Formats: sequence, structure tokens, C-alpha cells
Amino acid sequence: MDDHGSPLLRRLLDHHAAAVIDVHAQLGDATALVHKERLVEVMRFLRDDPGLAFDMLMDVTCVDYLGETPRFEMVYHLYSLAKKHRLRIKARVPETPCEIDTLCPLWPSANWMEREVWDLYGVRFTGHPDPRRLLLYEEFVGHPLRKDYPKERRQPLIGPNN
Amino acid sequence: MANEPRSDDELTGDLHAEHQILNMGPSHPATHGTVKFVIELDGETIIDLDVQVGYLHRGFEKECESGSWYQCIPYTDRLNYNSAILANVGFCLAVEKLLQLETPERCQWLRVMASELSRLGDHLTRCGAAALELQAMTPFLYGIEARELCWDLQEALCGARVTSNYVRIGGVKHDMPPSFPRQAREVIKKIRSLLADFDAVVTQNRIFVDRLKGTGVISQQDCIRYAVTGPVLRSTGVPLDLRKDEPYLTYRDVDFDVPVGEVGDNFDRYLVCVEEMHQSLRIVEQCLVKLENLGPGPVNVDDPRVRWPAKGRVFNQMEELIQQFKSVTEGPRVPPGEGYFAIESANGELGFYLVSDGSAVPVKVRCRPPSLINIAPLPLMVRGAMLADVIPTFDFLNMIGGECDR
Repeated sequence: MDDHGSPLLRRLLDHHAAAVIDVHAQLGDATALVHKERLVEVMRFLRDDPGLAFDMLMDVTCVDYLGETPRFEMVYHLYSLAKKHRLRIKARVPETPCEIDTLCPLWPSANWMEREVWDLYGVRFTGHPDPRRLLLYEEFVGHPLRKDYPKERRQPLIGPNN
Repeated sequence: MANEPRSDDELTGDLHAEHQILNMGPSHPATHGTVKFVIELDGETIIDLDVQVGYLHRGFEKECESGSWYQCIPYTDRLNYNSAILANVGFCLAVEKLLQLETPERCQWLRVMASELSRLGDHLTRCGAAALELQAMTPFLYGIEARELCWDLQEALCGARVTSNYVRIGGVKHDMPPSFPRQAREVIKKIRSLLADFDAVVTQNRIFVDRLKGTGVISQQDCIRYAVTGPVLRSTGVPLDLRKDEPYLTYRDVDFDVPVGEVGDNFDRYLVCVEEMHQSLRIVEQCLVKLENLGPGPVNVDDPRVRWPAKGRVFNQMEELIQQFKSVTEGPRVPPGEGYFAIESANGELGFYLVSDGSAVPVKVRCRPPSLINIAPLPLMVRGAMLADVIPTFDFLNMIGGECDR
């Protein structure tokens, strides 16, 4: 696979070529799409490899590509404080089973961001230590950032008087 | 039998007491933010703490994904309402990355200046409100007076004090007024004097120092593991500042220092913030000189994809009329692709991850909120400490509900 001139992608492809589905470096952002079963293995390599040293998991989010299979795409932004470089890792998640392995054992910052993704997109994180909703309340029905969740849907009222 | 002596152990040993659960918030007078802490207490010692956020969730991403790219900008004002311009700048730079636009030099200097004014206002609120919540009213008034002056400048730039809506895709709303440099220099002088007053009342104050020193300590390793950025990370001695490390706009040509702390406690965070305010004032002064030397010039990129045509042409030429109509009703179309752009906001790395399918409506607008990510390790910072330590620790994490909950 072509590394698009990025030494980060080259190193990833040299060590985990079988885990990588696609790479691109659009607009200067080195990006790799990996198999979701191999995600933790790839992430552990990216964190522990001295040449890459991605010590910070900056951002975790998800995109809903309604109509495509697999439907969801998890997006992870990594940053290396030591080497000052960035990498984006993506993994596709199907609608059923809508789950992917958690990254909490690698970076504790994944904890809250994965809770947010569960809350808003309904992607489950296998092995997550605290799988509660983050922004919304437990009685909320559905996952509002899914593209098939209508913006004007009303939620049942909750509380002692209802 | 009645007066049997009690054993030492019985007199001095621990009482069998249950831990108490205390709900603090969501609207607590001593926290300036809508957040709830469920605190498990043993006497006044914190055994554990659960942070519950989300009370200010307005569906920022959902709203952005149902309007045009331009309609997102007012929503970004309402993320961190202490430093709205920083969020404006971050979002517009991310869209410009997708559009591969380069803004004119004058626009970049204006953005840098507006960003620093915004950062200054944010830090003034943080330090002032922290003093207030530690029962010191006077320094709070100094801080708020300085913030008012700072907001006067923002008002002169964009007509609004809080929800600025100043930055546009490919430019800014308009150039600074001719009287701005003079007004700004007067205001900077006044803010410096207010900061000196603030410093005199607070920095050596026994009560203030005792409440801050050694409380809310977080180690460098924990900051990195939790992806904490901004003044909190810098207070542990890591000089990560995206203005230096990944310079955007014209930060490469600006002379400023990145202050760092040593031990990562609340006092270090306070000192880092105070020094950052002085550095922001330095940057604003350099921007004023630069803008005066540059002389008049365009503040918007001349690109028909994002800019409306001049009114004179709209009224007289068919093509321009059509373009104006399309721009107003539909908004700009952004080429398909994805991009992440991060700026150094007052709280840390404020990133926007955007996905476009080539239409006029974004597929995904993700805001990486530093407030949310910085407050996640709060339990680590206060476990084993006293209940009262929650207040200064929360203040100097500076969680802004609008940005945290979106």
C-alpha cells in the first residue's frame, strides 16, 4: 500500500500491513482505516513504538454514514507529545452488532469520550469500565446524533410528577 | 462494674461511621458552571467523586449538521462564551482547511489580535471568579473591570460583547475601526494597572495562597494519559502550546513566551494564567503595530465560493445576482473530504473535525472540547483532599458548561 509520503503511515504499514484496510493523507492529515478487530493491537503498537510514541489520545468521535455498510465509522485522533506529530485512525462499525473494543486500558482519556459516543451514537464499547451515558440522562430514548434520529423528536418527560 | 476504666483503644480509635454522599450542584453558588458532583465523604475528606456533566447540552453537533456551513458560526460563539472568538477562529480555520483557502495577511493579524483579546477575557474571568469563590470580592471586581475593558475592544471590533460572531469563512466580518489602535493602547494600559492591583491583593495573600498551594495536584503523566491540555498541562511543566508547536495564522511572527509551572497544583495554574494574560497583552500590542504598518488592505479572501459579490455588481449584472442568490439561500459548498484543525484556546486544544460530502450541509461537525476532557481527571486531583479543595480545583480547571456539554 502507498504511504502517501508519510513516515508514520510507512511505519504502521511495515508492522501491521494486514490490519490496515486503507490509508490516505488528504489535506496533510495522515489517516489509516483499520479492521475493528485489530484496533487495540494497532493502537498499542502506535503508543508503545518508540519511533511513533503516540502518548495522547486527543479525540474520539464517530460518524454515521447512514445507508453504507458498515454504517458507523469510529475516528481517533492521536498526538505525540514527544515527537509532535499527529495521526488519525478510523475503524468501521456495523449496525449490528454495534460494538467495538474499548481503548480505556491504553489511554484513560478514552473513558469519557467513548461514553459520549455511546450516548450520542449508540456504539457499545466492549470492556468499558463505566458504560454510562455522558451528556444525556439515563431515561433518554435513542441516540440523537444518528442520522435517522429526527431533530424535532420530543422525549418523554421524566421526574417525580410524571 | 459501673466505673470500669475504658481501654485506650476505645477512646482514641476510629469511630464506626458511614460515608456520607453529598450532592453538589448542578447549580451551586460556589461553582461557576452547571455541573454536578456526587461526592463520597468521610467527615470532610473526599473518598471519591463522580462528575456528572451534560446539563447544558443543546445539541451543537446536531444543529450544525442540519444547517449550512455559515450557520454553524453563531453556534461556535456559544461553546465557550468567555472566549467566543477563539471558537469562531477554530471553526473557520477548519473549514478553510477543507476549502484549501489562504486568508489575506491583514485578516490573519486581525484574527490573532481578536483571539488574544478573547483569551485575556477568559483568563480574567477564571482568576476573578476563583478569587470570588474563595470569598474575595475585591479582586473579582478588578478582574471583571478589566474584562469589561477587554470586551469594549471586542465590541469595537465586531459590535457584540459576548457572542461575537466575528470571524467568517475566508475572512473576518470587517476591519477594525480607525480609532481602534488608540483605544486599544489606552485599554491595555488600564488592564496592566488592574492586573497589578489584582496581583497585589491576591498573589501574596495568605488565605489565597493557602487555599491554592498544594491543592488539586496532578502529575505530568496523568495529564498526558488523560489528554489534558492548556494551562493545566503547562502547570505541570510541559510547554505544549499549539501557537508555538503548530503555529497557525501569524503566530510564527509574534514574539511571546509560554509560561510553565513546576508541581501542577492550583497555585501554579493561577501563576501560569496570570503570565499568559501579560503575554496576550504583548501579542495584542505587536498586532497593533503590524496592522498599522500593513496599511489598508482586504480582510476577506476574494473567492466566489465563500464571499458574496459586491453590491454594485449584484444590482447590475445577472451572473453576480445569481451568485448572490445562491450564496444567501444555500451557502458555500465545501469539497468532499475530512479534516481536523486544532487551535490553542484558553483551556487547551480546541479541535474541529469536519466531514463534508461536497454539499452545502456538513456531514459531521465535531468539536473537541478542552473543558470536557480537562475535567475528566478531577476525581484524581481531589481524592483524599478536603471538601473545600474542590472549589479552587474546579475554578482553575475552568470548565465552561457551554463548551463542555455542547
